[in-house]
Order: sequence, then structure tokens, then C-alpha cells
Amino acid sequence: MREAFYKLVDEVTGRLRGAEVLLAGFSGEESDFVRFNKSLVRQAGHVQQRRLTLELIDGNRHVAGMVTLTGEAGEDQGRAARLLEGLREAIRSVPEDPYLLYNTEPRNTEQGKESRLPGSGEMVEAVLGAGRGLDLVGILASGGIYGGFGNSLGQRNWFDTHSFHLDWCFYHAKDKAVKTSYAGFEWDGAGFGRKVAEAKEQLGVLAIEAKTIEPGEYRVYLAPAAMNEVMQTLGWVGFGLKAVRTKTTSLLKMVEEGRTLSEKVTLRENTAEGLAANFFSGGFLKPGAVTLIERGKFGEALASPRSAKEYGVRPNGNEFPESLDMAGGDIAADEVLNKLGTGVYVNRLWYLNYSDRPACRMTGMTRFATFWVEGGRIVAPLNVMRFDETIYRMLGANLVGLTAERDLLPSESTYKERSTSSSRLPGALVERFAFTL
Amino acid sequence: MLAELEGDFRKVVPRVDFCSLRFFHSREEVLSVRQDVPEPIVRNEDMGVMLTVMNKGGMGYAATSDLSVAGLKAAVDQAKLWAGRTEGRSVVDFRKVPMPEPRGEYAGPNGRAWESLGLGQKFELLMTQSKRLKRGEPIVDWAASVWHSDIELLYLTAGGGRVYQQFHLTGPGLRATASAGAEAQTRTFGAGALCQQGGLEVLERFGFKDAAEQVAEEAMQLLAAENCPSGKMDLLLGPDQMVLQIHESIGHPTELDRILGDERNYAGTSFVTLDMLGSYPYGSPLLNVTYDPSRREQLASYGYDDDGLKAEKTYIIRNGILQCAMGATISQARTGLRGVANSRSDTWNRPPIDRMANLNVEAGTSSVEEMISETKRGVYMKTNNSWSIDDSRNKFQFGCEWGRLIEDGKLTRVVKNPNYRGISANFWRNLKRVGNEGTVMVMGTPNCGKGEPNQIMYVAHASPACLFADVDVLGGA
Repeated sequence: MREAFYKLVDEVTGRLRGAEVLLAGFSGEESDFVRFNKSLVRQAGHVQQRRLTLELIDGNRHVAGMVTLTGEAGEDQGRAARLLEGLREAIRSVPEDPYLLYNTEPRNTEQGKESRLPGSGEMVEAVLGAGRGLDLVGILASGGIYGGFGNSLGQRNWFDTHSFHLDWCFYHAKDKAVKTSYAGFEWDGAGFGRKVAEAKEQLGVLAIEAKTIEPGEYRVYLAPAAMNEVMQTLGWVGFGLKAVRTKTTSLLKMVEEGRTLSEKVTLRENTAEGLAANFFSGGFLKPGAVTLIERGKFGEALASPRSAKEYGVRPNGNEFPESLDMAGGDIAADEVLNKLGTGVYVNRLWYLNYSDRPACRMTGMTRFATFWVEGGRIVAPLNVMRFDETIYRMLGANLVGLTAERDLLPSESTYKERSTSSSRLPGALVERFAFTL
Repeated sequence: MLAELEGDFRKVVPRVDFCSLRFFHSREEVLSVRQDVPEPIVRNEDMGVMLTVMNKGGMGYAATSDLSVAGLKAAVDQAKLWAGRTEGRSVVDFRKVPMPEPRGEYAGPNGRAWESLGLGQKFELLMTQSKRLKRGEPIVDWAASVWHSDIELLYLTAGGGRVYQQFHLTGPGLRATASAGAEAQTRTFGAGALCQQGGLEVLERFGFKDAAEQVAEEAMQLLAAENCPSGKMDLLLGPDQMVLQIHESIGHPTELDRILGDERNYAGTSFVTLDMLGSYPYGSPLLNVTYDPSRREQLASYGYDDDGLKAEKTYIIRNGILQCAMGATISQARTGLRGVANSRSDTWNRPPIDRMANLNVEAGTSSVEEMISETKRGVYMKTNNSWSIDDSRNKFQFGCEWGRLIEDGKLTRVVKNPNYRGISANFWRNLKRVGNEGTVMVMGTPNCGKGEPNQIMYVAHASPACLFADVDVLGGA
């Protein structure tokens, strides 16, 4: 796939005229998707897709387009040539762009691994076996993900990865379930077995009659997967340079008033230790790490090439984190329940959104296995609760501590194509956390 | 090309119980001008097919962008492989699913073709709106945009079914952010919900050319406004918030695949259970909700769904009573219940699932003025900007861009950060008045996420303004 893409870039480059410059991007996947419900298969199949993006630049004018590729070289050359012609025609009607920026210092990179995946059929057998006698629902996604960049200046970048992601629940009844993920590059039957056993153990607790609590302020433990929902919401509009400069960032009070979070909070876009490609739009390479929040204070924003040109900084990312990394704290994993004492153990949060964006106040729900804890012991599952909290309370004055251990959480997103984003996060112990409904 | 594709499909059809091909081709263009500077054009073309095989009770699919005979044959083999692997271990015995063998065509409206206005003229139009949005010093960011998509679908079955459908979708956008210090307020032109089927006439129907000043003025009003008060009060929702209210708290909970548990690992389950159909009081007797593919300009109107089922208007809720869930051929076979033609996928490489399509609240008899005049204490909210609901679709909290207090039957102060929360069933039972036909707007939700693998689908809602009693209202921090 890499060689076919590089040849296609060469071929299209040969069609350029005068001072035209070409930027080309490639994304593709060869994935099996198997969807389960009630420990049976709901839908199963295979997806092969390849997409080519061409951006034609002439002086300060530019225009981009995307077309689907087939994998057949002659057909794909024809499609790319027609796309180029269409762009050439459109570029005449496009005004000059003062914020055009692309990399003019070619740097070639390759990131890739040979596939060590077993056949999907084997994984499906293991999943159906694990669900026997239980209510298992979820999805197995497996296969190769490919990305590439090339330009007419000679730069070539390639990324491929071969991974699986099983994201599933064991359901007790109604909305009570244990959600678990098992992802990686090699399927380890013993490792999967341990995940299944842990989930079954938690499932047993869900059989206890659920408790309902009144709205109010509670001491809570947000497990790493719950923290991930908070961080995804923050990452949506928090860290992009454009959002910062146009006052639409949810961290506006940090930027404008110097508001701070707890000194325990340090957040980085850690590309070097993430799972995503190290090149991004315009052919730029990402720095190994960008510090977004340093000991509670706002650090550097993530700047796309376009924002970087507009605001006069260096481009360093896609305006939102793709490899978010939060520093751990000092709470040992086996001390979490004791430190929580009496309160709510939140495994997962769900459907977060801003209820007051400039104040960075978020609302959302608990979901799946959330437990009521008394005296450091789980005593009952909890019926779902809505929270409404500002980040300044949650990760500021009310943050008791963070766990030393952090979880690597690969994104399970498959919108358009399988995601390579990930987060590495600790759990957080928070007091006076406001449940409202 | 389509004739060739059809011929090639007939060549590769295997000897199985059922086989279909679904061809999807879209061309999309997005144009925008931000702060009076044109943004890069986005032009996307997407084309491919999904082959589906049902055999001996199993089902498998394969999606490919390789439309050659060899490509189709490889996809059929993959689909057949997965059908074999799922024999006897699928949620339904697919031999018992009566897959339609439809023959027909459907073409959505396209009054004034997108191409009839040149690229330069479209940028001029957007530049004019952009300049109008910068109404004063507090406006710190502003943008005008428009998107358009042409879609063609061909559905073929080995048994001779053939459906060809064409759609043209258009949506304008305006946005102004006003800011001072650490406060910022953004006002938009319908928050992306002002989109319909059609060409450039869609811009005229929504009054795009005359809206910029009001969007910017209201952003500045909000910046100067006090927070929405908290407490129980009446709530008047404009159609551009009703869209979200219908979508989240009626649309998703009545999708049959959610009720059957397919979405429990991702989009969520539903508080609706099968035994509620036909008897459950979902809302007050004023509530009438339809799955309605017959409004041709509405975003999700079509002749047939993606499994070939013919689309017909159906009452989901009549006089407040839940009648029917929204499930298509496969979900109907799994339950033995009637449903609607709503098996839909967002592109060629995602399998169809139950989707709400057009889900509308039918008009009532009240004007907005009448609803305001009978409200002692309340708030009028417009344009969604925040949405959050539990996975059973019960406990929700929604927020709007714009609010205005109603005191003693009159509109008074503008308030910022208006939010409200409640529980779906209780909320709809407090429906006090339904706006008349004159208050109805036909809008869309172009980015509804659901399914595993994930899909972003366009759905749509037409709604009047509606008045609700005793709602828990709250403001900002």
C-alpha cells in the first residue's frame, strides 16, 4: 500500500505545471468488524477503504479534494488525475489565502509494524466462548490502519499499524453492566482470560440491589476511563490555538484570568509515547511532547499550520490532543477504596457536554458499573446520576489526589475509520463532586 | 457506469439464500469565510459498494471501493465467509427475515442546482454575510459557511430487486462570538440544524441573506445579559431547540435496535420496552409524533431504506400514547412487530442499522404569542448548544444559546446560559401547548452518531414551538 501511494504521488507530481505545488495525504484500513449482542453475532463483515487527499497550491492560492481509491493502479491514477484537473479549475476562483502554511523542508519518516494478529475467526471464537451463559454485547475491530503523506518537494511519510480492539460489556440487567476493553497488537489468550475473569467478578457485585442517592455533593473516585470522558470533553475545545485566540476555548478563565487547577495536574500531548502517526497536516512533524497544562497552569496551545500562520507561532499539532498524557499522582491502586472511604466509585462517565463553556462547567452521566462505597468497601451498585461540575472545582480545589498507576486507553472510535488516538490517564479522587439529578 | 456495475453484480452473485449490493456515491463541498478571509475549500468524493450475503441463517457483509468484477468477487467471497462463520450464532436466523425485493426510483428536490452559482459568486455571498457579522467591537470571531452534498444510491438484490435514489442536501451556517475579559457568548444561525434537501433554494427558504445582523446583535446582547435564573418554571422551546429535544428523548429511545440491546455497549439502551408499545402514555394528549418521509424537502425523506423497504408515514406517538417503535426489516423479524423503513447507513462501508430518519412533532393550535401571554413565569429558549442524556434516554440536561424571560405574560430580559433538565417521560407529559403550523420549522440533524462500527448519519425533525410546565431551569456558573 505504501509503495502504491508513493508511486501515485510521483505520478501526480509529474502532472504539475509551472510553480504548482502538490500535497498528498492517504488514509486506509483493512478491517474486520464483528458486532455482538446477547453473546451472539449481530453483524459481521470486512471493510477495505483507501482515500487520497490532494491539495494543489499555486502561490498563495490553494484548494483540496478527496477521492476514494480502488487499489488498482491504472484506475487510481485516472481518479487522481481527474481530481487534480478539478482542483486546477477551482483554484482560479479561489482568493489568495494569507494563512496558507505547509512544510517546505522535507523530512521523510516511516512508522510501521508487521502484523502479528491472528485471524478474526479465532478471536470471534474466544469472544463467543467468554460470553457463553452471559449477556455479552460489544464490538471486535481488527486489522490494518494506514496513513501517508507526500508532496512534490520530495517528502514522504508513512504510518501503519495492525491492531485489534475488543470493546465489550457483560450485562447484568437494564443499564447495569461491566464494560471492559482489550486492545493490542497480539492476541494473548491468557491476557484476555484475565480481563474476562475480572469483569465477571465485578458482574457479581451488580447482582446486589442497586442504591439510589439524592442529588448533592459526594466524595468520588473517577477511574481512568471516567477521567478519559472528562479529558475528551476538555480536548474538544480546550487546547486548540484557534479556540484560545477566538475566546471559544473552555479554558478561557485560565487563559484570560490566570485561573489554575491543582498543582497535581500536568497534561501533555505526548506523541512520542502515543499510538498515532507523528506527521500531520501540511507535512509537518509533531514534536515529541507539548505541555498543555504544567502543575495546574495553562501551558502551550496546539496549533495547526493554519492557526500557526494566523497567530505567528510554530505549528505543533491538530488543535486537539491525539496522545493525551496526564501525570500520575501518589495514590496506590490498592489504596483507592480506603482513600475514598465513603462515596461513589465511578468506572465510567458518559455523554458529557458543557453547561457553561467559558466557566468550563460540564454536565454528564455515570454509566455502567458505578458503586456506592462505605468504609472503603463496595456495598452496592448505584443507579445512574447526573453531575454538573466545573473543571476548576473537580481538578482544582476539590482534587484530593491522583493514582500513581495510569491506564493506556486506545480510542475505540470507528467514525469514518478506526482511530489511532489514545490517552494515558490516572484515576482521580475528588471531594464535593456535585450530582444534580 | 451503473449499468456496468449492475451487470458485474449479476456475474458474481453466489448460490446463497440472499445477496444484495448497495452502491453509494457522494460529492460534498464545504465553503466558509471566517473573519472576512476565505477558508480552504473542502471537496470530498466518496464511492464504493457493500455486498451482503445471507445464507443458512448467517449473515456477512464486505465493503470495497474496488468496483471491478474481481473487486466485487473478492467482496462477495468475504461476505460469504462471514455469513458462514455466523451460521447458528446470529441474533436472528436470517432465513426467517423476509428481505424485500423492491423495484423503484426516487429523486429528492433540487430546485436551483448548486452548480448554477459559480465558486466565486458563492464566496462573494459568504463574504457579504461575514462582513455583516462584524457588528461591533465585542465580536471577536465570526464566520459564514455553506455545505452541499449530492448523493446517489443503487440497491440491487440477486432476486431482481433494483432501487435507484438521488438526493441533494444543503445547509447554511452563521456564527458570531462576542467576548469581553473571561466571558464569551456565541450565537449561530440554527446551530447547524437549518439544512434541508434541495439546492440553493434552501438558502432562500431559511432567509440566509438576511440573518447575519440578528445573529451578531444577539451575541452582543447575550454578552451583556445576566445568567438565566434557576428554579421550576414554564419553558417555551423554539423549533431549533425542539429538534434536539425530539431527537434525544423520543427519537433514540424509540429506535428498535436500541430496545433490542444492539447499542448497549455504545450509544446506549432505552427506557422503552416492547410491552409499552400501544399503551404507554409517553406524553400529554397533545403529543403527536410521526416518522414522516413524505415532506420532500426534509433532510431524511427517501423512497426506500437501505434494505429496500418502502418508506411510509407512520404515527410513533398518537395523542400521547406510544404506538410503534422505529425498526426496519431485520428488527421487525426479530420481534414480530410492525415498524418503519429506517434501516440506514451513512456510507458504503458501514452496514445499515435502525435510524430515526424524519421524526416530527405534528402541529397543534397555539401561536407563540398565545403561549407567551398565558405564561406567568417562564423562559423562552432558542437554538441548542449543549446536549447530554443518560444511556436509557431518561435523565437529560440540555442548554440553549439564547434565552428570554417571560414574566406575567410578556417577554422581558434576555438571559445567557439557559439550561434545563428533566426526565424524558415526565417532561413530555408536562407538554402544555403545541404551536400551530405557522410556528413549524423543518430542520435537520446532520451529525447523529450511533452504531458499531460508528456512523454519522443525517436525520431530521420538523417541529412547532412547544410550551412545557414546571421544568427545572438553570443558568451558568
